Amino acid sequence: MNDQGEIARDVEGWLARHERKQLLRFVTVGSVDDGKSTLIGRLLHDANGVYDDQLASVKKASARGAIHDGAGGGEAEGDEIDFSLFTDGLKAEREQGITIDVAYRYFTTPGRKYILADTPGHVQYTRNMATGASTADVALILLDARLGVLPQSRRHAYIAALLGIPNLLVCVNKMDLVRFDAEVFARLRDEFGAFARRLGFHDVSTLPVSARRGDNVVTRSLKTPWYDGPTLLEYLERVPVGTAVDLAPMRFPVQLVLRPHLDYRGFAGQVASGALRPGDRVRVLPSRRETTVRSIDTWEGELAVAHAPISVTVRLADEVDVSRGDMLVHCDAEPRAVERAVADLVWMSERPLDLRRSYLVKHTTRVVPARIERVLGRTDLETLETLEAEGMALNDIGRVVVSCARPLFLDAYTANRVTGAFVMIDALTNDTVAAGMFRDDAVPAAEGSARRAMSLVGAAERRRRLGHAGAALWVADTGEASRALAAGLERALFDAGAVASLVEGDAGATALVAARLVAAGVVAVCLVAGADDATADTVRLDVGEDAFIRVEDADGAIATLRARGLLG
Amino acid sequence: MEIDRSRWTHLKALEAESIHIIREVAAEFANPVMLYSIGKDSAVMLRLALKAFHPAPLPFPLLHIDTTWKFRAMIEFRDRFTKELGLDLRVHTNRDGLAQGINPFEHGSSKYTTVMKTHALLQALGGGGYDAAFGGARRDEEKSRAKERVYSFRDGHGQWDPKSQRPELWNLYNGRVRKGESIRAFPLSNWTELDVWQYIYLEGIPIVPLYFAAVRPVVEREGSLIMVDDERMPLRPGEVPAMRSVRFRTLGCYPLSGAVPSTATTLPEIIQEMLLARSSERQGRLIDHDEEASMELKKREGYF
Repeated sequence: MNDQGEIARDVEGWLARHERKQLLRFVTVGSVDDGKSTLIGRLLHDANGVYDDQLASVKKASARGAIHDGAGGGEAEGDEIDFSLFTDGLKAEREQGITIDVAYRYFTTPGRKYILADTPGHVQYTRNMATGASTADVALILLDARLGVLPQSRRHAYIAALLGIPNLLVCVNKMDLVRFDAEVFARLRDEFGAFARRLGFHDVSTLPVSARRGDNVVTRSLKTPWYDGPTLLEYLERVPVGTAVDLAPMRFPVQLVLRPHLDYRGFAGQVASGALRPGDRVRVLPSRRETTVRSIDTWEGELAVAHAPISVTVRLADEVDVSRGDMLVHCDAEPRAVERAVADLVWMSERPLDLRRSYLVKHTTRVVPARIERVLGRTDLETLETLEAEGMALNDIGRVVVSCARPLFLDAYTANRVTGAFVMIDALTNDTVAAGMFRDDAVPAAEGSARRAMSLVGAAERRRRLGHAGAALWVADTGEASRALAAGLERALFDAGAVASLVEGDAGATALVAARLVAAGVVAVCLVAGADDATADTVRLDVGEDAFIRVEDADGAIATLRARGLLG
Repeated sequence: MEIDRSRWTHLKALEAESIHIIREVAAEFANPVMLYSIGKDSAVMLRLALKAFHPAPLPFPLLHIDTTWKFRAMIEFRDRFTKELGLDLRVHTNRDGLAQGINPFEHGSSKYTTVMKTHALLQALGGGGYDAAFGGARRDEEKSRAKERVYSFRDGHGQWDPKSQRPELWNLYNGRVRKGESIRAFPLSNWTELDVWQYIYLEGIPIVPLYFAAVRPVVEREGSLIMVDDERMPLRPGEVPAMRSVRFRTLGCYPLSGAVPSTATTLPEIIQEMLLARSSERQGRLIDHDEEASMELKKREGYF
């Protein structure tokens, strides 16, 4: 915003230019000592993203010397401003002198608005880095010119690549402390560049800076005449954004159905990738019905084309059944519809992964119960080698087989960062426990398990055939009496003409079987050992609120089925 | 493949993201509500919500926490604007606080805010049984906001624990709560003050006239210009309201909202002033000056 003169003279002209700005998201990763907070503070300050009263409060804190002897990256001496204080937000963190979470910063130039996710880089904060990296176009990593490439530098680049960030920017910092030596810079650039390029970035760039003194941050340094590349800000202004999302096939996950009156039925959502036009032939997943886009509606009127990531409402030419969690795709470019897939997983919870338990997977607008069937390997974050592993704990990165109770419509994460991504939620604590990225790898065969193929038979058709709807009757296995109750209930249902089936086992396994039986139109009587509310919740969510019944006694359960119209 | 990136501006990207967030909350929660503070950020949030469900009506009500000390012009605007759009507006005041006569002059901004804003908000959210509440807060407003999630988890007492916030990746928000717990959802998280003003300008969104300069009666107290909005304002000995051309960068309770001297009567002039003034908008908001980490403390207690 170094254009005060223009703002004073012609603010409308300035506004007109700023209307055409692009949005760039980038993430900075670094550890306590590499000067990351100082670099960001310097960038915000020199690009005028810091207001005068914030500056005053930082000057006050700098003078007080509150954290200078801590590990807060505070490098200021004497009267200098401690730029790191602009970005160290919360009180607890200021006391500890470290940044412990993701903080978002904003600044703008005439060309671009920037969203910066500032994340800590210690091993134990892998989850925070993954969070900040998930939507970034650029990852900025700092190397200390004196210390060179550290294991953590490689780790950060690895995670940035894993999260699909296309551009890596390596800032060799503290160049003032190596007397702006061109040799030092060249050595680090070549060494780290060779490593990073193997990770699959679209582009890797390296530049020499001194965050503390401002060299090559916003202003070109006179001390690096041997360097002819861009400054940090120049790089950010020029790096291309958003091409992958344009070129990927069209995906439209439905968020909700808008039905203001009988003559209007629109499907609201955000175009995840590609472009959608009126007249396009589309397929609705999972029903696989084909239809045509009638119109693309917005508050401003109908659109001739909707490019990702616009939020719109789509109307279809035919009366097809569409609800939240469904996806519209072009007929000639469908995603994979699978229940089992290989994925990379970042474990984010204090509680380790439990292979026996059922979790919830949230993928686009779809939530399904799922289990991790197997851990295929784990990355050693020091050496970046793949190790054999049986489980995963906080901040682990591993490769797993995910098994879902219902199919997901997915692309490999490397091809599509929206339809390739998912989070895992613990239905007991409601915590987000993992972030996942689907891969194209062939899925190893599961031992002794069957798969349900994509079905062309609808729930209503099954119901007409069987004379009742599928339902899950949940009986906690608390001993002899509960087992008798479950067995009696199955008998009573059979006698009443229903297709019923008794399932017995631990919570996670029962949940998956029950979900499949209910989908097939069967009344599943689930006798569950160690039944927890979380698993019950996952089943309820999967089969629907109406089709889920907690059983107190057999007669009551059958009465509830009849009352809800599930059993004739 | 035709790709026209030039039309895809930062405001379009922000708008698309915000609409996505608003729709997710509407789809995943049983009983959401939108906090409506009558200010410029609320005006933008409301416009985005109208866009999100167009042509259907808003699927949730608006909630205004009325401390009874808001500017009169705000209340007039609120009532006229929500009526014109046919919106379901709920207004809540902390009756206990009112009965105790809690006011910003005698009880200080800190206690007053806790009782008439924070407690009132918790009463209204609890009373309405809302499991999600939209707020118009932005991450650029203040340092402790910079780490706020889009879905900010609050415990059964409406309180925020900065150390136990859920990781938030991509646009996959985790809205699962137990009974009594709730989520505060911030669809404007990634907007800045400049973005908000630009959007209001481009979209022609109506805002309260107090944002524009006019000659108003003010007194100067502790370096802030306070508008004498009604007869309840006790004047100190020798204090005489002066008629000055002023406007407000943020709106709230009039005794706590500092005016800035200004002649800006159009949106471009306001934006110009903001860009040239170079002091962040919270400077005019007196409650933040109490202590350096004041906002963080308020949020831990349940403030937005």
